[in-house]
Amino acid sequence: MILTIAHETVYRYDLPMRGVVQTHRLTPAKCESQSALSWDVTVTANEGARVVPGGGFRDGAGDWVQGCTIIGPATEVVVSVTGQVETRDMAGVLRGHRERIPPEAYLRPTPATVSDVAIHELAQTARAGLDAPLEHAHALARAVQAAVVYTAGVTEAHTTAAETLALGEGVCQDHAHVLIAAARCLDMPARYVSGYLQASEEGSPHEASHAWVEIWVQGLGWVGFDASNGVCTDDRYVRLGSGRDAREAAPIRGIARGPGSEHLDVTVAVELVQQ
Amino acid sequence: MGVVVRGGAWRFATPRKSVTDSEGSRGDAVVKRADFFNEMFEQGAVRWPYKGLQGWMGEMPDEFRSLKQAEAEELFRRIGITFAVYGEGGDPERLMPFDMFPRVFAQDEWRRLERGVIQRAKALNAFLADVYARGEIVRAGLVPRDLVYRNEAYEAAVVGFTPPRGVFSHIVGVDLVRTGPDEFFVLEDNCRTPSGVSYMLENREIMMRLFPGLFRENRIAPVDGYSEELRRTLASVAPRKCERDPKIVILTPGAYNSAYYEHSFLANLMGVELVEGQDLFVEGEFVWMRTTEGPRRVDVIYRRIDDAFIDPLCFRPDSMLGVPGLMDVYRSGGVTLASAPGAGVADDKAIYCFVPDMVRFYLGEEPILQNVPTWQCARADDLKYVLENLGELVVKEVHGSGGYGMLVGPKSTREQVENFRKRIEENPGNYIAQPTLALSTCPTFVGEGVAPRHVDLRPYCLVGDRVTLVPGGLTRVAMTEGSLVVNSSQGGGVKDTWVLSE
Amino acid sequence: MLSRTAANLYWLARYMERAETAARLLEVGERMSLIPSTGGSGYRNEWVPLLQANGSHEGFLAKYRDPVQRNVESFMFFDRDNPGSVAACVAAARENARIVRTALTSQVSDALNTAYQELMTLERTERSDLPLTRLTEWTLRCCALVRGAIDATQLRNDGYDFLNIGYSIERADNSARLMDVKYFVLLPRVDFVGSGLDNYQWTTLLRALSAHRAFHWAYGGEVTAAKIAHFLILNRQSPRSLLTSVQAVNDHLDSLARAYGTPTRAQTEARALLAGLAELTIDEVFDEGLHEFLTRFIGEVSALGAAVYDVYLSGDMR
Repeated sequence: MILTIAHETVYRYDLPMRGVVQTHRLTPAKCESQSALSWDVTVTANEGARVVPGGGFRDGAGDWVQGCTIIGPATEVVVSVTGQVETRDMAGVLRGHRERIPPEAYLRPTPATVSDVAIHELAQTARAGLDAPLEHAHALARAVQAAVVYTAGVTEAHTTAAETLALGEGVCQDHAHVLIAAARCLDMPARYVSGYLQASEEGSPHEASHAWVEIWVQGLGWVGFDASNGVCTDDRYVRLGSGRDAREAAPIRGIARGPGSEHLDVTVAVELVQQ
Repeated sequence: MGVVVRGGAWRFATPRKSVTDSEGSRGDAVVKRADFFNEMFEQGAVRWPYKGLQGWMGEMPDEFRSLKQAEAEELFRRIGITFAVYGEGGDPERLMPFDMFPRVFAQDEWRRLERGVIQRAKALNAFLADVYARGEIVRAGLVPRDLVYRNEAYEAAVVGFTPPRGVFSHIVGVDLVRTGPDEFFVLEDNCRTPSGVSYMLENREIMMRLFPGLFRENRIAPVDGYSEELRRTLASVAPRKCERDPKIVILTPGAYNSAYYEHSFLANLMGVELVEGQDLFVEGEFVWMRTTEGPRRVDVIYRRIDDAFIDPLCFRPDSMLGVPGLMDVYRSGGVTLASAPGAGVADDKAIYCFVPDMVRFYLGEEPILQNVPTWQCARADDLKYVLENLGELVVKEVHGSGGYGMLVGPKSTREQVENFRKRIEENPGNYIAQPTLALSTCPTFVGEGVAPRHVDLRPYCLVGDRVTLVPGGLTRVAMTEGSLVVNSSQGGGVKDTWVLSE
Repeated sequence: MLSRTAANLYWLARYMERAETAARLLEVGERMSLIPSTGGSGYRNEWVPLLQANGSHEGFLAKYRDPVQRNVESFMFFDRDNPGSVAACVAAARENARIVRTALTSQVSDALNTAYQELMTLERTERSDLPLTRLTEWTLRCCALVRGAIDATQLRNDGYDFLNIGYSIERADNSARLMDVKYFVLLPRVDFVGSGLDNYQWTTLLRALSAHRAFHWAYGGEVTAAKIAHFLILNRQSPRSLLTSVQAVNDHLDSLARAYGTPTRAQTEARALLAGLAELTIDEVFDEGLHEFLTRFIGEVSALGAAVYDVYLSGDMR
C-alpha cells in the first residue's frame, strides 16, 4: 500500500534556551517491506534562533542518523516530517536491510529492559512445549499481550520492563520493553523499533507514532512483532529506526541548554493513499 | 592489576640491608622461597646494562642519598606531580613514591621489547577494526562470537564506522613483567586511555637534575620526544572533514580526577588546550570550543573520559562530563576521538587470551611477546587442570577487576581454596587461571640501603600514520619487601626506566 | 584562551581581592568598636553596620545571632560556609588556580598554595592565640604576595588582562562597600555629620584602606568628609579609588579588544561608567547622597561584571 505520513514534533521552552542539540532517526529504513516515494524532514525555530543541520550517517544498525543543532535564544523548535511510503507485507520479516551490528550485541540489557524473575517466568511458560524459535517468538508476543493490558497514561517514559509487567498495564513502548526482556531470557536477541502505524478499522488499540519489537529468529533473521496489537508487522507499518530500547531507538533525541523547561507536542497522521 | 609471584631468597643485598621491612606479605603477594631474576646481579656478577650504576651506587653515602631523595620529593611537590586520593582525610594530593635507582635495559633487550609491543599494538588495532566491521576473526572461529559481541565494552554505536587511518586505539599501554633474561610476559593491554606517561617523563627530568653525571657517563636514550610524537600521532588521524592543520585538545573529566595532573601536563607539553565537556559544544557538523574570542573548531579530541560519559545524547543521559551530539559528529567525520569509543573490547581480560592469535591472524607473524599462560575454565581440559592444581594457581573472574573475586592459591588457606573450588565448579565459564609468575627484581633504595624489589613495566605505544614507541616506559616497583603489588594505591612506587643507546 | 580558563583567572583575582576586603572590614570594625559613641548608651555596636555594608547581615544572623567580635571574626574570617569569608575566598582562589595551573607562573601558584597551607594552619590554631590583627595582617600579606607575583611574573597576555579585570571589578565594588560602612554607622544619627566622631570614623576608614598617610600627602590639613570622599572616589592617584579601579577595568578591556581585534559591549559599558565618574564632582556626589551614589555605582559595576561574563567568560560570544 501507499501511506502518507505527517509527523510534527513541537518543543516549547518557557524560558529561552541557549542552544539545542538533537539527533534524528526520522528516515524510513531501506528494506524490502518499504520504500520512500518522497520524504522530507524540516526543522524550524522561533525568530532569533538559527537552525544548523549537523552531520548525517548510516549507523551500524542500518538507520540513517541526522544531527541537528539550534542556536538560541530558542523558545520553539518544530520538527516536521512529511512523505509517502510504499509498503509491502513481508509477514514481519526484515529483508534487504543493510546492517552491521551482530544480533548478539542485542543480548545486553539496558536499564529499561533488565529482566526480573516475573519476566523469566513469563518467558519460560510461553516457551513450554514449543520447539521452533519462530514459535517461541510468537508465543512470547502473545504472552506479553496477555500480561500487559493496553492502557494509556499509567506508565511514563522511564518505566522499565519489570515495572510494566508488575503493573500489568502500559502502552506500546512498555509492551516492547517487556517483550525484549522476555526474548533475551530465551537467549533470543531482540530490539526496539520505532515507526508509524496506519490506523486500522477494527478499532484495536494503537497509536500512529508506534513502536514494536524485532526478534532475531535463527534461519529467518529479524522478524517484527507488535505485542500491542498481537500481530507481526505488515504493510501498515513504516519502520524508522531501532535500538536496544526506546531511548536508543527514539526518532528524536535532544538536549537543550539553558534555564527553561520543555513542553512537547507530537501529532502524527498516517493515511492510506491506495491499497 | 595484582601481580602474583613465587617468592625467593634475595640474591643480593647490601651488607646493611635493613631488617625493618617485615617479611610478612602484603596485599595479595605470595612469597615462598624460590628464585627470582635479579635484573642487576646474576650469579654474583653485575649484568652489563647495570655496570654504569655499580660505582654510583657504591659511592653514595647515606647522607647524600637522603639529601637527594629529599631534593627529589621537593621537586615533585614544586612541579605539582601529585595524584589525588579523596575520602581518606588529610590533604588529598599525594606524592607518588619515587625510587632513584634506575631500571636499565640494554639496547638489544629493548629492540626486542619494542618490536613485540609494536606488533601487539598493531594486532589489537586490527582486531578492533575487524570486530566493528566484518568480524573476520569471529567468522574464522578464532575468537568466540559471544566473547566479543556480548562484551560490555563492545560498542554498537561505532559498528560500521572506520576511524581515520583505521586506528581505534591511538595510545596502547602494554603491561609487561620479566621472569628471566629473555623472558617477558604481557600481563594486560590498555587500549582505552592508559595513564602514567607523565611519570615516565617527569622521572627522567628529575633524575637528570639530581644526577647529571650519570647521564654523561651512560648513553641513555631520551624519552622527551614523547609529547611531540603524541601530538604528531594525533594530528595524523585528523577527521575526514578537516582540511587544515588539525586543532587538538585533551578532554579531561576535571580537576578532581586523580589523573588531572597528567592531563594538564600533557596538554602543556603538547601546547594544546585542556578542556572539559562544558568547554565544548556541537554546532552543525563540527565540535567547537568556547574561547574568549568566540567558538573555535576542534578536530581531534584526546579524551581521558570513559566511553559512557562522552556524549549524554548517545550514552549515559545523566553524564555531566560529556558533549551532547559528539558521537554524531564523530561518525559523520567531523571530529576524531582518541581512543575510539568501544576500543576497550580489545583489552578485556577474556579477549586477552586471544591476542597471540590476533597477531598470527592479522599480521601473519609469530607473537614476539608471550601472554601469561592462561587456563580457561570454560574448556573441559583446562578446568580439570585448574581444579587439580588450584593451590598453585591464581584464579580470576573473567569480568572482575581491582583484585576482587580472585583466588591466589599459594597464599590461601585450604578452606578458601575449597570454597573457591565450589564457585568454579558452579560456573566454570566465569573463571580463568594463571600460574604464579616469578617477577624480576631491580635494586631499590629501601630503609638504610639497597635491596631488590619487584618491578613491572608499561611502555606507551603510539598508533597513527605510523606506530612508534619511545625508548622507555613506566617502571612500577613494589616498595615493600616480598610484595608483588606495584599499584600506587597499594604503596607502589615508580622508577626512571633507561634504555642504553649502545 | 578557553572561556573557562579566563573565568578561573578572573575569579581567582576577585576572590583574592574579596579576601582582602573582608580583612579590612574586620579592621574597620575593630577600630570603630574601640571608641565610645556619643549617644550616651556606652559603646555602640559597630559590627552590625559592618555586616550590613558587606551585605551579609542576614547570613550572619541565621547562624550566629549575637554580633559580638568573636562571632563576627568567626563568620568573616574562618567560616567556609560564608562565601565572603577570608577562608572561603582564599580556598576558592586556590581552587581556581589549581584548575588553570598551566596558565599561572610557578611563583603565583606557590604564593596561592602557601597561603592555603598557612590558612589550614591558622584553622588548627587555638583562637585565643589569634588576635584579630594577626588574622588581618596575615590576609593582607598573602594578598599582596599573590598580587605581587602576578605583576612581577605573569606574561602580559590576555590571561593577565582577565586577572586584572577581576581584581579591578572586585576592588571597585569593595571600595564602594567599605565607604558605605560609614553610611550604615551614621544612619541613625544624621546630626553626627561633621562632628569629631564623624571625622574619627572617616579616618578609621582611611587607615583600614592603608591610605591614611597617602591621604595626608595628597590633601593635608583638616580631615573632611568631602576630601576623603574625593580621595576614595575620584582621586586618580589613590590605588583604591573608584575612578582608579574603573580606569583599570577599561585599560584591560581595551587591551583585550586590541589583542582579539574585536571591540565589545563590555568595553562600551566600561567606558560609559568611566566617563560618568570622570565628569563627576564631589559636590554632585553629596547632592545625590553618598549612600545613594554608592548603591547606584555598585549596581553599575555588577552590570559590567555581567557584561564581561557574557562577552568573554560564557563562551557564547559570536
